[in-house]
Amino acid sequence: MFITNTDGSNKWGRFSRRTASSNMKKISLELGSGGKLMGDFIADHIVPTFNNPFLRELSDSSHLPRGIAFTTDSYVVDPIFFPGGDIGTLAVNGTVNDLVVSGAVPRYISLAFILEEGLPWADLEKIVKSIKLAAGQASVQVTTGDTKVVRRGQADKIYINTSGVGFVVAKPRLNSIRPGDRIILTGTLGEHSLAVMLARSEFGLEAKARSDCAPLNYLLPLWKKGVLWMRDITRGGLATILSELAERLPYSLLIEEEKIPLSRAVRGASELLGIDPLYLACEGRAVVVVPQKQADLVLQKIRKNPLGRKAAIIGHIDDKIGKPGELLLSTVTGGLRLLEPLTSELLPRIC
Amino acid sequence: MKELRDKSITFALLREIEKKARSLSRLVRIMEVCGTHTMTIHRYGLKTLLEEAGVEMISGPGCPVCITPNEIHEACLDLVTAKENIILASFGDMTRVPTRKGSLQTVVPAPKSLVKIVYSPQESLALAKANPDKEVIFFGVGFETTIPSIALTVRKAHEQGLQNFSVLSALWLIPPALRAILEAGETEISGFLYPGHVSAIIGVKPYQFVADEFCVPGAIAGFEPNDILLGLSAILSQVEEGRPRVHLEYSRAVNPSGNPLARAIMEEMLEPKDAYWRGLGQIPQSGLELKKAYAVYDAKTRHKLRIKEGSGDLPGCRCGEILRGLVAPPQCPLYLKKCSPDSPFGPCMVSFEGACYVYYKYGRQ
Amino acid sequence: MCLGIPAKVTHIQSSGEGKVDYLGTKVRVNFSLLEDVKLGDWVIVHAGFAISKLDEEEAQETLSLLREIAKEQGA
Repeated sequence: MFITNTDGSNKWGRFSRRTASSNMKKISLELGSGGKLMGDFIADHIVPTFNNPFLRELSDSSHLPRGIAFTTDSYVVDPIFFPGGDIGTLAVNGTVNDLVVSGAVPRYISLAFILEEGLPWADLEKIVKSIKLAAGQASVQVTTGDTKVVRRGQADKIYINTSGVGFVVAKPRLNSIRPGDRIILTGTLGEHSLAVMLARSEFGLEAKARSDCAPLNYLLPLWKKGVLWMRDITRGGLATILSELAERLPYSLLIEEEKIPLSRAVRGASELLGIDPLYLACEGRAVVVVPQKQADLVLQKIRKNPLGRKAAIIGHIDDKIGKPGELLLSTVTGGLRLLEPLTSELLPRIC
Repeated sequence: MKELRDKSITFALLREIEKKARSLSRLVRIMEVCGTHTMTIHRYGLKTLLEEAGVEMISGPGCPVCITPNEIHEACLDLVTAKENIILASFGDMTRVPTRKGSLQTVVPAPKSLVKIVYSPQESLALAKANPDKEVIFFGVGFETTIPSIALTVRKAHEQGLQNFSVLSALWLIPPALRAILEAGETEISGFLYPGHVSAIIGVKPYQFVADEFCVPGAIAGFEPNDILLGLSAILSQVEEGRPRVHLEYSRAVNPSGNPLARAIMEEMLEPKDAYWRGLGQIPQSGLELKKAYAVYDAKTRHKLRIKEGSGDLPGCRCGEILRGLVAPPQCPLYLKKCSPDSPFGPCMVSFEGACYVYYKYGRQ
Repeated sequence: MCLGIPAKVTHIQSSGEGKVDYLGTKVRVNFSLLEDVKLGDWVIVHAGFAISKLDEEEAQETLSLLREIAKEQGA
């Protein structure tokens, strides 16, 4: 989700061009891509219309009075089944993870279905089973929900919305981040994206990959071990998440390409298709910022969990290299490269 | 083949390049013709390292996103927004180019029409076969690397008698563009880094005129970082020795005579034409189009498109001069003001290989 | 404009269609632009087509040249 800077200014800062969403006559697919158009839409239309201090935070989970955290997300992925999961697994974990990275223990979720007439019953059953399994793994209860059915052609098989409620146990401390603090990545990148590509049978692709879709609850105790900030890596990938973090800090972020865990399958598929794995979406990976003193301990604890086995320290906050607000990658050949957030859909290159 | 990316070898090559560059009395400016070379140089952070070693890299015209004029994109947009039951299939990079009518990414297609991103021209054939009630138009853009594949795809469509398939083609040839740049003589070029995969198709000979007629050195290089540095080192040797030629660094993938079968397919299906390149203008015999016998697969004929060349350039955009190596991105009045990666105005900012996008990434330091 | 990856041929059909393997990932590829492609050959793949075959000998020459340069420059 789109993030506003702590001073209230638009994340896109210097290059903000407030014309995009107000000039639209019809909604284009681009609006939902998570890029600038969507950001403008939220900043120009949603925030001013509803105008309250919680919304103005524009965080993935809002922290409400009495220690309640609240979040929502809708899932429209196509295809609905893919290696390692399905739309149901996503619907639980996506919402759970938004709560975890905001410092809240996820407890309850709502479950709303919009079903297309003609969806096979067996498919729905499978998805409901996945949701049950995922909810159990994430220790959340489905306490309320809704079911709607629309005519054939008015929805694509199934859409799911889940809203999540949790209890705040920690507050991210963005303002306490200092040069020297370490950046930990909890696992390999891009497995979910590759799984979806495989399920779409695009390009006749064959690879050993399963979605990394998983709950991040195992990271919760780390809030008490010195962790200052964390975020799950979803659409836009590692580079987008970290460059958004960089833009909110008066420092730069430096990460090392060699240290970034990548499976052979993702490495191969992304080179073959000309896609940069740093921008591939995950659904069960996070970046964690922790002071250097506690970094090794936190890394150890993450690695103890099967979901975090490949975790690695990939970089640190810096105040000597680059300019404040920049995310820099030290490449395998020893060069330095500036990484930008993804501004639109990731496209396989031929050129 | 890890030597091709080995860091210690990279630095050894940079030292070798630096020695050679320092011994020359003037600034070394090398034009990398191919967008993928621009991309690799940027991706591995080589541009700054090369500058420190005394070599300035300038971007050339080998970026199909950059040189395909807006009016051709606008023709695609017209097709998919005005007509129903169209599937407009395109390579990903092309869909982000902004025109007066928007881009293929942002536009809202007509009811029952859609834009589909494909990795291979073959996918567009598959789309045509799977959707007999739709008209599939493949936006076929490319240089010699891609042209044989597009030609082969049309031949297949013809063999299979497909009734709902055509190609809106924008096919460009590299050697005529190089000649145009050299003849214009607008900027100092010490050498050319030739595109490795274009050369896999056309071989070494088509570049010979650059050395023979214009005395400019060059090397055909592969796409790993150390391939590029080897190529650059070879160019510098040619400058030192005063013996311009066409050096083949990428010998593992390029046969000196290229790929005759691929060229035969091109000759079978396509014929040369004068083409209008964004930024370089009209260049004689620099493009290809489907022969009249295959007109039914040519979207321009089939859909009666009228494309007015040179009409679509956005005012103020200096991409043309940038593509010719005349002007650096910050000299464009729109750079970072009206034109940025978030909201690109011209193709040099849209394309991940575009000079402006790449400059933005690290030219600011 | 030239994105091409070296990959190993794992399947070929008489129609010219087949598959290649790169780091364990397989992708559908058309071989009609090349003559005489055999299983186990390494090819350059661009936009779903194999456009060139890799020459093992030349590859080794390039690699030894690189190793030599590294030695000369005291890498």
